[in-house]
Amino acid sequence: MSAISGTGTAGEAVVAPRARRKLLRRLDAKLSPYLFVSPFFLIFGVFGLFPLGYTAYVSLTDRTLLNPVVHFIGLHNYALLIHDSYFWNAVENTFGIWFLSTVPQLLLALVIAHILNTQLHARTFFRMSVLLPQVTSLVAVALIFTQLFAHDYGFVNYALGHVGIHKVYWEAGRFSSWVALSVMVTWRWMGFNALIYLAAMQSIPEELYEAAAVDGARRFRQFIHVTVPMLRPTILFTVIISTIGGLQLFTEPYLFQPSTSGGTGGSARQYQTIVMYLYEKFLGSTQFKFGYAAAIAWCLVLLIALFGLVNYLLVSRIRSAER
Amino acid sequence: MKSTLKRRGRFVLVAAVVAVLATVSGLSVRSASAAKRSNIVITIDVFGDFGYHDLYQQYEASHPGITIKEDTEDYAPHHTALAQHLATGAGADDIEAIEVGFISNYTTQPKYFYDLRKYGASKLQKRYPAWKWQQAVAHNKSVIGLGTDVGSLGICYRKDLFKQAGLPTTPAKVGKMWKTWKDFLAVGKRYQKHAPAGTKFIDSGSNLFNAIVAQANPGYYSKSGKVLVKSNPKIKAAWNTTMNAIKLHEDQGLVAFHADWNAGFKNGTFATVTCPAWMMGYIQGQAPAASGKWNIADVPGGGGSWGGSFLTVTKQSAHPAQAAALVKFLTSPKSETYVFKHTGNLPSEIPVLKSQTVQKFRNPYFSNAPVGKIFANSALKLKPQPLGPHQGDYQTASTNAIQRVEQGIQSPAAAWKQFLQDAAAVG
Repeated sequence: MSAISGTGTAGEAVVAPRARRKLLRRLDAKLSPYLFVSPFFLIFGVFGLFPLGYTAYVSLTDRTLLNPVVHFIGLHNYALLIHDSYFWNAVENTFGIWFLSTVPQLLLALVIAHILNTQLHARTFFRMSVLLPQVTSLVAVALIFTQLFAHDYGFVNYALGHVGIHKVYWEAGRFSSWVALSVMVTWRWMGFNALIYLAAMQSIPEELYEAAAVDGARRFRQFIHVTVPMLRPTILFTVIISTIGGLQLFTEPYLFQPSTSGGTGGSARQYQTIVMYLYEKFLGSTQFKFGYAAAIAWCLVLLIALFGLVNYLLVSRIRSAER
Repeated sequence: MKSTLKRRGRFVLVAAVVAVLATVSGLSVRSASAAKRSNIVITIDVFGDFGYHDLYQQYEASHPGITIKEDTEDYAPHHTALAQHLATGAGADDIEAIEVGFISNYTTQPKYFYDLRKYGASKLQKRYPAWKWQQAVAHNKSVIGLGTDVGSLGICYRKDLFKQAGLPTTPAKVGKMWKTWKDFLAVGKRYQKHAPAGTKFIDSGSNLFNAIVAQANPGYYSKSGKVLVKSNPKIKAAWNTTMNAIKLHEDQGLVAFHADWNAGFKNGTFATVTCPAWMMGYIQGQAPAASGKWNIADVPGGGGSWGGSFLTVTKQSAHPAQAAALVKFLTSPKSETYVFKHTGNLPSEIPVLKSQTVQKFRNPYFSNAPVGKIFANSALKLKPQPLGPHQGDYQTASTNAIQRVEQGIQSPAAAWKQFLQDAAAVG
């Protein structure tokens, strides 16, 4: 008995390290990739997932910022929000500004990328300079454009005056304020998109252009029939990126408004975006409605998800059409 | 591939070194502060210009071991950040300035502040007008703040523009012309008749409205805390006066604190501004070249208060005793007098308001007007209105409503209706 058990333990002693090593190796192969990527997920969990979940929880309560005594009120905030005309006004403004800024921005970016893709002198210089608006501080951009679009002494009205156009009260009109904000956004993001297009353009095989040239296509036709179709996935990418950015628009309109208006985005909420409305309810006024603001935040998430879905469907349809 | 691996390796190395350095420097800072325990840094968070810089230096010189660090921001972002910092329990300075429009938000939440009675504030009560003292007393009787300035009212006017329009220019004569706001509009009518091209009598409808509302007692709130926005006839009267000014084309329709308004000061496009004492500093900052062109007269309808602030010590302070001592220094009669002379913020303490230094003080920028006398006497006569937590929101809503009329977006009746709706949605 003792002998058997003796050999048994000896045998185990020999086997065990090998098994353990094998186990460790297997664990290493299976687990360590997860360990390596875990920092991202840990940080995402703390700064991304937790706030998302917490915001969802707060949106179901009547919590205000300064008074942490909370009552659970279910979907009441959402019910209020659906009938809140100021919220829908903000949704309208957001999409209006998004449309006015994205369409010209991407078209211009395409043209600029095309020009940068030709044999220019000092090419690097021009390619670098289109990126300059990106490295300027957003706040500085917003403040300077606000000055440019001022009613009485703004440069834009001054310049328009020289061509006989009467002063525009940019900040007061709904459409005019959208235009002013779109100019800010376009100015800042056009170069960034142009560089993305440029990178994609450079991966288009030269033969395609040569073939088109042989077929008698001039430069403009080459651009329309070769460059643009080849860029389609890139264009969709930039549309998605600018949609997400556009729906979250805040700093430009916030700094465009008078500092006394606390987030209303103009006297009649002409250019109050969704995030500005969230801000007004949460911090911009003395209401500090944490719960209601959280509900707005979640509606914004849903809107962005909806848009993402539309984009996804578009992409897959285009792909299947290409096949 | 190899080179990217190498690069990645280098990146990891750099990241590691940075992380180690960061930790080490963090540790060293901590140990340094532990070693020099006697050196205490007191942080103070204000908005705009409180005019304290020289006073900090004085205080540091007489209190070795104390260093003062000031953070400053604009009015609105300051109060936004304050709410955030208090609610989240981190980020607030030792001392936080709070404007009167926001103070009632915090007198209901005294848990965020040290009770200054613990640091001998009770002895100072008799220096202050009862109302100013009361504004910073919480519902549990703790004193959360000491008063800095009060925003007593006057009318700042451009005497050069008045002269060109054929109006009298001395403060005494000008003040006599407008005993009431109705008179004020009548003077405006006279001004517009011979006004220099491109100028208007009033800068902004909301400035007029806010000044008239500031004089009403009660204003937006009753003494018991009831909201009177809709029911108070004085608010409606202020609205009607403002609408009249717009109808009579006396109003430039500018948005206060916006780019065009600032430019208006520089270019002299409006003849009057309703002037709380703190506005003097703002005008001088916007149009230094207009020195000697402005003057100040009494406000129509007697005294009134618009603005004024408090200094509080937050519960987040690690050195409440030292912070409270600094608050007491900054709100002392001597300091308040100093600030008034150099920045224009009007002292809130009775003995200071009555003192010869303030009473005799003239401001060279405002044509040597006896600004001390005008503002101090207006402040001493003041019967302030009861305040409530959403004071600031009603002001924002009314400002927007007036602008909608000025910008031609809405009729006065529609704007008033929406103002009442907005105000009702706040509560």
